[in-house]
Amino acid sequence: MKQTVCKVIKNELIAKNTYEMLMAGDTGGITRPGQFMDIAINDFFLRRPFSVCYWDQDQVSVIYRAVGGGTEAMSNMAGGTELSVLCPLGNGYDVEDCCGRHLRDGSSLLVAGGGTGTAPLYGAVKKLSEKGIRPRVLLGFGSKDEVFYEEKFKEITSDVTIVTEDGSRGEKGMVTDFMSGGEYVLACGPELMLKAVWERSSGGQFGFESRMGCGFGACMGCTCRTAHGSKRICKEGPVLFREEIVW
Amino acid sequence: MVNTKICLSGLLLDNPVIPASGTFGYGREFAELYDINILGSIAIKGVTLAPRFGNEAPRIAECEKGMLNSVGLQNPGCDAVIREELPELSRVFGKKIIANVCGFSIDEYAECAEKISREEQVGLIEVNISCPNVCGGGMAFGTSPELAAEVTRAVKAVSAKPVYMKLSPNVTDIVSIALACQEAGADGLSLINTLAGMRIDTEKREPVLANVTGGLSGPAIFPVALKMVHDAAEAVDIPVIGIGGISKAKDVLEMIMAGAHAVQIGTANLIDPWACRKIIEELPLAMERSGIGDLEEIRGTV
Repeated sequence: MKQTVCKVIKNELIAKNTYEMLMAGDTGGITRPGQFMDIAINDFFLRRPFSVCYWDQDQVSVIYRAVGGGTEAMSNMAGGTELSVLCPLGNGYDVEDCCGRHLRDGSSLLVAGGGTGTAPLYGAVKKLSEKGIRPRVLLGFGSKDEVFYEEKFKEITSDVTIVTEDGSRGEKGMVTDFMSGGEYVLACGPELMLKAVWERSSGGQFGFESRMGCGFGACMGCTCRTAHGSKRICKEGPVLFREEIVW
Repeated sequence: MVNTKICLSGLLLDNPVIPASGTFGYGREFAELYDINILGSIAIKGVTLAPRFGNEAPRIAECEKGMLNSVGLQNPGCDAVIREELPELSRVFGKKIIANVCGFSIDEYAECAEKISREEQVGLIEVNISCPNVCGGGMAFGTSPELAAEVTRAVKAVSAKPVYMKLSPNVTDIVSIALACQEAGADGLSLINTLAGMRIDTEKREPVLANVTGGLSGPAIFPVALKMVHDAAEAVDIPVIGIGGISKAKDVLEMIMAGAHAVQIGTANLIDPWACRKIIEELPLAMERSGIGDLEEIRGTV
């Protein structure tokens, strides 16, 4: 983890109430999709944690919904704004494990995202494609105006299904309605969705969200129970393996 | 050259800056970021006899210039801390530490303090009679002078190290509690712990914290802490460690002028993991600017 200054390059509305912020800064420490960054916002006491969506050598993006004071303030930030950032945080998705499993026993791989939980999975799909693996991608949203990154995913893999609860775009229903069952899943999204995906999967890695104090393991604010004892979402997570998750 | 050294019941510290219990874990996360040997000491995460998961999530709520937590004394238990955490910590921190202990009965306080006080690296015992986030323990013992004195006596009778009582601000008269602890044999006092508070999510129409209430910390509470340290330090003859919302060297000087011997830095570590290092670097400069050669000169002068 480093503390760095990131400069906003662009901060755009990409779907209903949903923004993508692209920043320039030192991204050297990011090693895995699913890791996150803790951004300090003026006049708000706690930093805000966001999953990394896209990153390269000197740019990083996050996708967020403006749901409270902090994210609303963020949505108004202009290009050039400098932000204090702690990055990278958390473990992220173990893409190697995922590939190994796929190549070893032929498990079918599924990437399942819900809402802004789609963001870290973009990095995961990119990493998988670099290894020649193109998983099936299922992305769930409430309705068509919430959908984002459909084309970005399709640039990497052709097997992308958009699911909306009201059927206004793509298939109608929930992500789990379109699982065949028994897949090895890389998932991120609301907890209810994660639980439903967990139930229908045979294995996988699940990215969790939590209210955090520090984001780097000091305050014990985001501890959860797992099959292997207490874990901090910010430190031993935010990605947990299917077998360690306790609902 | 200014002198930042201070002494707590025979324990000589290079400087008065100590990370507060519960905001620094057992040091591991911070040792990866900087050489934590620059710290005066470390107050480790509170220890209970049995392992505790703590409270359900959410455990954190944001406030103006502060935060609420309702962690609820999550820790792996006294034996595991002695077996696993203390040896790990000793690899990255060569100085004496402050072991923070908590309990749900007077016997538990005593047993826990006795065990951990025997560890060589433990310099002081800090007895948490002020945690607002657990039922039937913690603060229940710190809001009555009689019970606070009883815990003090029980821990003093068995502890191999000096005993500091960590006091709650959630009381009518902190001086009466401070005096009760001193009379019962406490070697020093640490204050304040967090102030009981709550937040409501107006959309959901329910408390933000699963525990409903939590403890307020951060710069918002600094003036409250300063006043309580001032009142307690004036009343007792034993050393006081000032805690509550300290985030810069100037706050440290205020606390010492109010009568504190040392200070603990809590929530600032969570916002800026390098906060203690910055304060330690700033302190001599702030002293020079104010014409202070030794912290002794200003202690309790206000």
